[in-house]
Amino acid sequence: MTGFIFRRCVQAIIVILGVILIVFILSQLIPGGECKAVNGPKATVTFCRHWNVLNGYSQPLWVQFWHYIIGLPHLDLGYSYKRTQPVEAVIAEYLPKTLVLVGTATVIALIIAIPLGILQVVKRNTPADYGLTALSFIFYAMPPFLLGTLLIIFFSFDHHLLPSQPPSDASAWAVFTDPRAFIMPMITLCAITIASFSRYMRSSMMDALAEDYIRTARAKGANQRVVLYGHALRNALIPILTLIGLSLPAIVSGALITENVFNYPGMGYLTVQAAQNDDIPLVLGTTLVITIATVFGSLLADILYAVADPRIRFGRATA
Amino acid sequence: MTDIHEDPVFGTDASTTRLPLGLGMGEAVSPLELVAVPEGGESTQGGGMFVQIGRVFIQNKLAVVGLIIIVAFVLFCFVGPLLYHTDQTNQQAVLGTVENGAPQPGHPLGTDSTGFDILGRLMYGGQTSLIVGFASAFVATVVGVLFGATAGFFGGSVDAAMMRFVDMLLSIPILFLLIAMVTIFSSSEVLIILIIAFVSWLIPARLIRGETLTLRVREYVQAVRVMGGRGGRIVGRHIIPNSVGTIVVFATFQVADSILLLAALGYLGFGIPAPGTDWGSMLSAGADAAGNGWWWEIYPAGIAIILVVVALNFVGDALRDSLEVRLQRR
Repeated sequence: MTGFIFRRCVQAIIVILGVILIVFILSQLIPGGECKAVNGPKATVTFCRHWNVLNGYSQPLWVQFWHYIIGLPHLDLGYSYKRTQPVEAVIAEYLPKTLVLVGTATVIALIIAIPLGILQVVKRNTPADYGLTALSFIFYAMPPFLLGTLLIIFFSFDHHLLPSQPPSDASAWAVFTDPRAFIMPMITLCAITIASFSRYMRSSMMDALAEDYIRTARAKGANQRVVLYGHALRNALIPILTLIGLSLPAIVSGALITENVFNYPGMGYLTVQAAQNDDIPLVLGTTLVITIATVFGSLLADILYAVADPRIRFGRATA
Repeated sequence: MTDIHEDPVFGTDASTTRLPLGLGMGEAVSPLELVAVPEGGESTQGGGMFVQIGRVFIQNKLAVVGLIIIVAFVLFCFVGPLLYHTDQTNQQAVLGTVENGAPQPGHPLGTDSTGFDILGRLMYGGQTSLIVGFASAFVATVVGVLFGATAGFFGGSVDAAMMRFVDMLLSIPILFLLIAMVTIFSSSEVLIILIIAFVSWLIPARLIRGETLTLRVREYVQAVRVMGGRGGRIVGRHIIPNSVGTIVVFATFQVADSILLLAALGYLGFGIPAPGTDWGSMLSAGADAAGNGWWWEIYPAGIAIILVVVALNFVGDALRDSLEVRLQRR
């Protein structure tokens, strides 16, 4: 068990190193190089040569990569010339808000989606199942920016019930202290997540019900309740655990859109602003930080997966 | 049900169409797999299998509705412009038309902020959305299936290395990576197809790899091994055909997801560059004017996206139910 978790942690570190490499490669692919990205397209060749030497961009790539890596533990993510601020300082301000938004939305989505999925299996092929399936299809298909826009039109413009964006000075914890402004972003982010989680829950439950051990349980005379909750549910929850880990990047992507619809000052909002300003060091910095945060979240889900399903541990050990 | 029986492809035999799910399907399952492996003879039963799959599919009314919606939208976007002529690329040509005009004779769905006719634009943008959706899903599925089956079949350190690579890319929130890439490279339709495929092949790779891990220890695969069957034969003739349900279902959902991904890029302003457009970019333009009550700039593109994505999901779910043989037997 501890061996499995240790291996998983090592893998997470390798994944993070790989992501750092990808971000570093992307930073090398900027047309015209870092110099033009920072100083604008009009920077001359001589100026850039001088600037590159001054800022260490004339060194061999592996030296630059090494400096990039050893800078990371000191939270040195580069410098945003557009904002004249270190990238890490900007991110420190925006990251907590995204973590709170994503964390809260994931928990709410799970709390709602798992019972919904079970309900659909219990009421399989009844109007309730069809109705919920139709709803989850619509919310799954509804782009978050469309849902967000419709919510704003209805609740803010037409009925003046909720503010269309949170106050700009709100802290990350304002979600809990003053939730009014966060209701719509939360609904927007949860809707797609609930739709996909409950759909997976339904099919996971259906898969479990098709297994041989269910037939055995039925043959032994177990009633529907025992079969559903004693046998099927416990096995159906295992794929859901991996699903959380797998879905986290998608939820974070969803948060990017949601933040932009509601001008919620998190990492997604920051990234789009930075991209529109061609502030590439900041775009790469946010991509790296949000990815590392996501890797930690997925690692947690994987550890839970191992705890829940000894078959996986056994399978990996022999593979 | 009555209209369904007249389907030309799957026959009009009402008595077989009405059969409950479990009947008449037993022979297509594992006994066949066991018996047929030595000659690789599943293909002789193929027609029967497809007819059975089609029968279950056609019984699912939502799937039929979904299929009709998809065909209707493809016709609307690609045949529609031949019947309903509008100019969607030349800003000079629309100088005379009213901007942000409400639906009126000549412009059934109104005009947008440049003066382009929205009904025509829905067709024009729909072409991009559908092409990007189908093309990137196709690329993603082919790459993902080959990668996943290879990793799962070899197992061990090859599998570990290949899947760590997938994990690494999967751990990156797609939109952040897309925005970073689109900011660094200038965007075009082909590039966007490739970028969307680049972030989408990972899920099928993981699914097929998982499927392969369970399939490769099945008795019939071991039987092929014992008889000297090589890796290529096992993967190509046994593992991929047995994973075909997963593959087809994934591909269907992926078309929907690609359309949504393109729409998201368009909404954030990183989509198809002008004068091209897609449903997401149209929505984005409309959402900017959300406070003005110009509903015709929001709803047509929004409804088009939802309808196509829902339809694809209906079809995907029905395919899943009809290909998942184990479920039919209950």
